[in-house]
Amino acid sequence: MNLRPIAAIALRQFYLLRSSPTRVLPMIAWVAIDIILWGFISRYLNTVASTGVNFISSLLGAVLFWDFFTRVMQGVTMAFFEDVWSRNFINVFATPLLISEYLTGLVLTGIATSLVGLIVMLVLATWLFGLPFFSLGVLLLPFLLVLFLFGIALGVLASAMVLRLGPASEWLVWPIPALLSPFVGVFYPLSTLPAWMRAVGHLLPPSYVFENMRSVVGGHGYSGSGLLTGIALALLDILLAAWLFTSIYRYAVRSGLLARYAAESVS
Amino acid sequence: MNVPALAGAGHAGLPIAGVATPGVAADYALRADGLRKNYGSTVAVDGISFGVRAGEIVGLLGPNGAGKTTTINMVLGVLQPSAGDIRIEGVELARHRSRALAHTNFTAVYAALPGNLTVYQNLRFFSLLYDVPAGVSRIEQLLDEFDLRRLRNTRSGVLSSGEQTRLALAKAMVNEPRLLLLDEPTASLDPSAADLIRSRIRAMAVRTDCGILWTSHNMYEVEEICDRVLFLSRGRILLEGDPRSLPHAHGASSLEELFIRLAREPLGSAPAAAAAPAPKRDAPGAAP
Ligand SMILES: Nc1ncnc2c1ncn2[C@@H]1O[C@H](COP(=O)(O)OP(=O)(O)OP(=O)(O)O)[C@@H](O)[C@H]1O
Ligand SMILES: [Mg+2]
Repeated sequence: MNLRPIAAIALRQFYLLRSSPTRVLPMIAWVAIDIILWGFISRYLNTVASTGVNFISSLLGAVLFWDFFTRVMQGVTMAFFEDVWSRNFINVFATPLLISEYLTGLVLTGIATSLVGLIVMLVLATWLFGLPFFSLGVLLLPFLLVLFLFGIALGVLASAMVLRLGPASEWLVWPIPALLSPFVGVFYPLSTLPAWMRAVGHLLPPSYVFENMRSVVGGHGYSGSGLLTGIALALLDILLAAWLFTSIYRYAVRSGLLARYAAESVS
Repeated sequence: MNVPALAGAGHAGLPIAGVATPGVAADYALRADGLRKNYGSTVAVDGISFGVRAGEIVGLLGPNGAGKTTTINMVLGVLQPSAGDIRIEGVELARHRSRALAHTNFTAVYAALPGNLTVYQNLRFFSLLYDVPAGVSRIEQLLDEFDLRRLRNTRSGVLSSGEQTRLALAKAMVNEPRLLLLDEPTASLDPSAADLIRSRIRAMAVRTDCGILWTSHNMYEVEEICDRVLFLSRGRILLEGDPRSLPHAHGASSLEELFIRLAREPLGSAPAAAAAPAPKRDAPGAAP
């Protein structure tokens, strides 16, 4: 892999963000709204419930983690959609660029934009609601890593979907996190779910983050093997997503879809 | 150099259009052999073979839907041929995609550069994509060469057609290509702008010894700029030769007349193509 082509994809996104408030605002606004909304909900629950659970840590913390995951995913798809919106596939893929370089460029963009979102959330959650985020200590690293890796996997998967199904399928991509959230136990333990939903949840890496987070916040320690399973699953998902993207790209080159993307589907 | 007037058109045993006879050394920017593209039962390109030498400008002519853009897309690696072989500077595209495309570039009206980036940003983006080492100084040079300095910070989406063409050409030169594919580069230009662009490209071909495949529906332009033309119809090469001597050799008064005749001839009965022996032509790259 060469560095320049990877940098090209990231630099293009930087150029666009620099001059486009409509791109910057969603990176900040939605996560800020979520933190404020769930911050007040958590604070309210703390005053009415006498369970001894600190909802700021368990609920607001979970929202923060979940939003971080969605920002990673959207950071990746956002960079891909730029090529969709500007009908730029021929220009980009007629260069020596490798698919692995292209995907790495998208991931770099996802890292940068999701970090901005994370910082905004951290500042708001600690400053307004006193979220003891760093009390999780070094566990933050595996938690964020799992969510980060899975966000990349889903971002690449979503990009592959849009490449195959055409620009209108963007509307199918946005609800993916909402579709997954009931299964991964963002707000409740997996044990709340019926057996089949729990089984699905165990296949999704974020469930290991949320189960462990609740356990640590409740003073029960964490499961190292659970976190390792989460990381391993997320890495596997990245491989699967990259394989899917590459296969769909090859299909698009074979069928003529890439060269005639405006047609949305060929044959 | 002797070039067969009759295109090989993929028939076994016939010479490949523009490919030198054995023993004659020639540097090929591009060689396509038995190139074919089917879409289901539609045959867009029907097993064509041709070459573009270094420093040579080859016109790819043919009626709408003949398969010109399809051919160019296959050479650009964004469309996989159903059959056949493409070599850029001797490098097999199917097997060494990146290496083959490193010194290839193109412009096409249907592939406008991202309109939300400025002229400079577009050139920077593509210089990095093409892995150009001294990208920034190369861009400064191109801004001057293509009169874009004053538009440097203008978003390319607001440029006029002529200005966009200049930007597209600057982008196409960013990696100092050895093979340039130009799909109707002057289609939306006024005659004076088109003339300027043609002389720029001609000068560039002479200076850098780059091979150029050029599609156009403007026969005057083709006569002026192309060293050789390939006439494509329904995915096949019907005729090939010097655009200045071809019409005469086939009993037409102009290239335009020859074009119209060939375009209306039913497939497979191209008497014009069967007539006349191979004309001698000027050396590739020679000024018209
Ligand atoms: N993805 C596709 N699926 C089906 N048919 C296609 C596809 N792409 C191109 N074609 C067909 O292939 C034929 C060749 O098209 P192409 O764009 O190469 O023509 P062209 O010579 O560039 O024409 P023009 O001068 O109008 O630009 C056309 O009949 C077109 O409809
Ligand atoms: Mg065309």
